[in-house]
Amino acid sequence: MKALGMILAGGNNRRMRELSSRRAIAAMPMAGSFRAVDFTLSNMSNSGIGTVAVITQYSSRSLDEHLSSSKWWDFGRKQGGLYLLNPTITPENNDWYRGTADAISQNLNFLYKRHEPYVVIAPGDGIYKLDYNDVIDFHSDNDADITVVCKDFPEDADVSRFGVLQTDEKGRILEWEEKPVASPFRTVSTGIYVIRRRLLISLMEQCREMEWTDLVRDVIMRQKNVMNIMAYRLDSYWTNISTVKAYYDANMDFLKDDVRRHFFHEYPSIQTKVDDYAPAKYNTGADVKGSLIANGVIMNGQVTDSILFRKVFVGNGTVIKNSLIFKDSYISDGAVLEYCIVEAGVTIPAGAVHKGTPEKPLIITE
Amino acid sequence: MIKKKMIAMLLAGGQGSRLGVLTSEVAKPAVSFGGKYRIIDFPLSNCVNSGVDTVGVLTQYRPLQLNKHIGIGIPWDLDRRVGGVSVLPPYEKTGDTEWYTGTANAIYQNLEFMERYNPDYVLILSGDHIYKMDYEEMLSEHKKKGADVSIASMPVPWEEASRFGIVVTDENRRITAFQEKPKEPKSNLASMGIYIFDWPVLKEALITLKDVPECDFGKHIIPYCFDQQKKLYTYEFTGYWKDVGTLSSYWEANMELVELVPDFNLYEEYWKIYTETDSMLPEYMAPSSSVEKCIIGGGSEIYGTVKHSVLGSNVIVGEGSVIEDSIVMAGAQIGRNVKIRKAIIAENAVIGDGSVLGEGKFAESKLDKRVYCAELVTVAADSVIPAGVSVGLNTAIVGATEASDYPGGRLEDGGFIVKAGEKA
Repeated sequence: MKALGMILAGGNNRRMRELSSRRAIAAMPMAGSFRAVDFTLSNMSNSGIGTVAVITQYSSRSLDEHLSSSKWWDFGRKQGGLYLLNPTITPENNDWYRGTADAISQNLNFLYKRHEPYVVIAPGDGIYKLDYNDVIDFHSDNDADITVVCKDFPEDADVSRFGVLQTDEKGRILEWEEKPVASPFRTVSTGIYVIRRRLLISLMEQCREMEWTDLVRDVIMRQKNVMNIMAYRLDSYWTNISTVKAYYDANMDFLKDDVRRHFFHEYPSIQTKVDDYAPAKYNTGADVKGSLIANGVIMNGQVTDSILFRKVFVGNGTVIKNSLIFKDSYISDGAVLEYCIVEAGVTIPAGAVHKGTPEKPLIITE
Repeated sequence: MIKKKMIAMLLAGGQGSRLGVLTSEVAKPAVSFGGKYRIIDFPLSNCVNSGVDTVGVLTQYRPLQLNKHIGIGIPWDLDRRVGGVSVLPPYEKTGDTEWYTGTANAIYQNLEFMERYNPDYVLILSGDHIYKMDYEEMLSEHKKKGADVSIASMPVPWEEASRFGIVVTDENRRITAFQEKPKEPKSNLASMGIYIFDWPVLKEALITLKDVPECDFGKHIIPYCFDQQKKLYTYEFTGYWKDVGTLSSYWEANMELVELVPDFNLYEEYWKIYTETDSMLPEYMAPSSSVEKCIIGGGSEIYGTVKHSVLGSNVIVGEGSVIEDSIVMAGAQIGRNVKIRKAIIAENAVIGDGSVLGEGKFAESKLDKRVYCAELVTVAADSVIPAGVSVGLNTAIVGATEASDYPGGRLEDGGFIVKAGEKA
């Protein structure tokens, strides 16, 4: 094994509004039957990474439940496997994780005990497919100290929710701005890093000593003129789900043939926890166009350009358009939903009408 | 010492020859059912839902698919430290090596397996029925009656009773006589082939009858126990129970699932059926799709029209195609502008653009009129049907067929094409 994995899944995000009040971002439902963290977990498993630590903190119950068995991602192993690193109180420390670097430096023991030469650090909210071995090869070919996986955005894109950077022609990172209101840079950091384990340990020991807490601000920004920090450019699909709009759009992308083919039908596959629901059932009156329908759904109504998660019931005469309906929801007869995100387990009463807009999907939590 | 109250022995070695080409490559218990399941999932799930955590699965005919499906039993939570699921194929012995020659002979050859668990009771099941049944309830009846052997039975319409093995009982449900396919049935309780034995009684019977050729539960073990004055009781089952041993009963049982509230409901939270999932993906309904009265498995991509049908996982239905009254199993690819009516298309079959399946009128099958008699088109797993051909009723297709196999672009009613593998 060349690398071990660390998934930073502890964060909350106020820009996810009501959606993140129930769960960590990494546990957000995606594409009908997945959760956001499945993409990073599957990428790690598919890259041959056999030992993965998931660092959790904020509202982790739903995430812990999702990860309660590691066998779905082939991490149910005697050697290595999946580790959940929740904040704990020790004689030396009684703080929560105060930032990304703090979360890692509070778990240095995990790094000390392993022997893999590299560590892949990734956030739990990225939606992409990537063989991390390609990044590790790039890292060693370029004698990098740290490699940051980046994505070039088009000129007109809004990058204000990302870390953006500028590189020289070889890909070395020269400038970095974190969530700039406006920036000339169009290369976005995906928050995925490759670093030698020993170097990470020494950087984290320093952070612990200096009480530095943030990986970008306190390590990368400070070191960029000294260390060789390289940008690996990802040219396939990548997005993260840090705002409601980004989350909604990322889901809707799966209704596009090329995105669906990339994630669903091209090797290797993305894995998730298996359910035991019967296949979806379409009764008389069902009229479904341009939509993704998960297992256990019972369909009696009209659904267009939407994603229905597991075990959703759709009553007679309902009209659902451009919406995400989370699992276990019950949409009663005659309800009308447009541009809505319906939380898990919600019952929409008969005849109810809810409409959001493409720019601001309406979140229905009860 | 290991001690299990009740272990189950699941007979899954049979071919199920009346399913024709559907079982040319897999044993009957491994045949797909209901868009996601295989037939064996029902008895296996019943076992775990009934608290039976030790199951021996006896395999013989074409076990590859079954072995892969069962694995170490993860989908049923039967991956256990003590007990769990064990696949038991026939094995070589010094001296008298033989295949499993009958249902009881198969169990006899696995005496050692059963001994290991030191059970009080042994449950004998077969892997070819669709039903939900609580074996624990049957066991508690067995104990309450002080029975040596309990036989599950279900009431059938009197006029059909002569097609079954019938048990005749007294008012306490103790069995007083057996009738095998009787002309004048004295009861309408049909045996379901599900037995609970007190372990010592079963063991004694198996050893005593070990030299009986093709030793069978119904023909030998049960009559022997009856003659030995053992206490045989029946456990009456009144839930849904479907034999899917023929193409028509298999097709009907699938079609019943698409009713608004089917008799056999797979959507209840209680008594779930577990399976090894082919696909965890949602299915995609394209803007050009139209679906009504059907069940569609995960990962499928529907661009055409599907009515009153059951589709498995990862099925592709091309634009302009219409599928009606059919079963399409996992991984099948249906091209564009294909018309399919009353067909059973097995796993990973490929149907070329513009072909028409199930068009014509009744004609006796030239392959096997006993098997292909329900006006169905039956296409075996991994078969290929070229573009632009027409296929009649009561037909069977196996293998990668080409346009030249269809004289005048047509497979006549009752016809068949078998290009590879064994003849069904």
